[in-house]
Amino acid sequence: MIPVAFDYERATSAEQALSLLAEHGDDAKLIAGGHSLLPLMKYRLAAPAVLIDIGRLEELSYIRDEGGELAIGALTRHFDVENSDLVQSQVGLLAAATAEVGDPQVRHRGTIGGAMAHGDPASDLPAALIALGGSLVIDGPSGRRQVDVDSFFTGFLETALSEEEMLVEVRVPKMPESTWSFQKFNRRAQDWAIVGSAVVINNDSCGVGLVNMDSRPIRASAVEEAISNGASATEASELAAEGCEPPADINAGVDYRRHLARVLTRRGLEESGR
Amino acid sequence: MQVTININGQSVSHDVEPRTLLVHFIREQAALTGTNIGCDSSSCGACTIHLNGEAVKSCTMLAVQADGQEVTTIEGLADGDALHPMQQAFHECHALQCGYCTPGMVMAAVSLLDEKPDATEAEVREGLEGNLCRCTGYHNIVKAVLQVGGAK
Repeated sequence: MIPVAFDYERATSAEQALSLLAEHGDDAKLIAGGHSLLPLMKYRLAAPAVLIDIGRLEELSYIRDEGGELAIGALTRHFDVENSDLVQSQVGLLAAATAEVGDPQVRHRGTIGGAMAHGDPASDLPAALIALGGSLVIDGPSGRRQVDVDSFFTGFLETALSEEEMLVEVRVPKMPESTWSFQKFNRRAQDWAIVGSAVVINNDSCGVGLVNMDSRPIRASAVEEAISNGASATEASELAAEGCEPPADINAGVDYRRHLARVLTRRGLEESGR
Repeated sequence: MQVTININGQSVSHDVEPRTLLVHFIREQAALTGTNIGCDSSSCGACTIHLNGEAVKSCTMLAVQADGQEVTTIEGLADGDALHPMQQAFHECHALQCGYCTPGMVMAAVSLLDEKPDATEAEVREGLEGNLCRCTGYHNIVKAVLQVGGAK
């Protein structure tokens, strides 16, 4: 399968990538690892006229300890996140969820920024970022802005990024004492989750993000609230599918997905010590 | 667009369309047909090669993304007539039947042991999750990888 023809531009700096975006606007797409975009282009579900390659911008590949938070450059590869001592010790859930993305070959190419900017409800990392209460740093013509994870995913493959903006950093609160669990249900080893549940318990607060339970990555607010009001894992997990409108496809219908959300969230809460 | 890739130590330069996939550049421009195309959608791993020493799926990369980089294919593993230890182990353990997945499987296995020289059997099985084999049931493949390295 070969994508529709396009023009190719290789950005040599983040600044140049932004000016290329400004120049080509709607016709252009950014490509980093390409493991979300290229399959769409090969299936001809996407046909950008211009591809702006940001895959070599070393300046956006880093993991930094910034006091209360870790700052992760958008072009940091899954392989580097999953194997980072800093991520493993400070935000264990993120390391565990990243290790569940695709397979080793995919994780050698895919980036954390790409996974977020793609905004796929079936993707593992957005749900983990929701559970962790992270934020996203966006650069664009009017400068930098920071968006809370709850305002970032706006619809199916839609995010708060405008056509002329670029995701440059993902920020996650450090929680070295947290307990967590990433539950992913699929049929074959490297498949997308049919449903997934990311759970983190830090002190008395609980975060739960769900994979593939709505048109966008979604927070299980009712579960979080129940846990903070003292509910047991069994009681709280009964509320996991509340407010969700899960998709139906060849792998699972709506009711089965609701069932999976409840079971996986209960297992996640239990594994996190609740 | 002029693309130059160092493949198995040789510089290969061709004028290709930006939409040319890396696997097609390897098979058609460099005429190295050991790298197979299986699912063509990054699931099966038959097209696995090394990009700067790490296993990647060449059906899900553009040749332009590899411009100026180092690629190793299955043809680049052996040292003259001497098989790479992983190839030798696949041979000795009968880790193949039809052979279609084998080039990708060997490349993934070499990359796996580069990263985890002491991989346990479970880690080898998990580390090869990106490569599908429809004949062997994986048993002899895992045996071959553990013969080369891994936890003894």
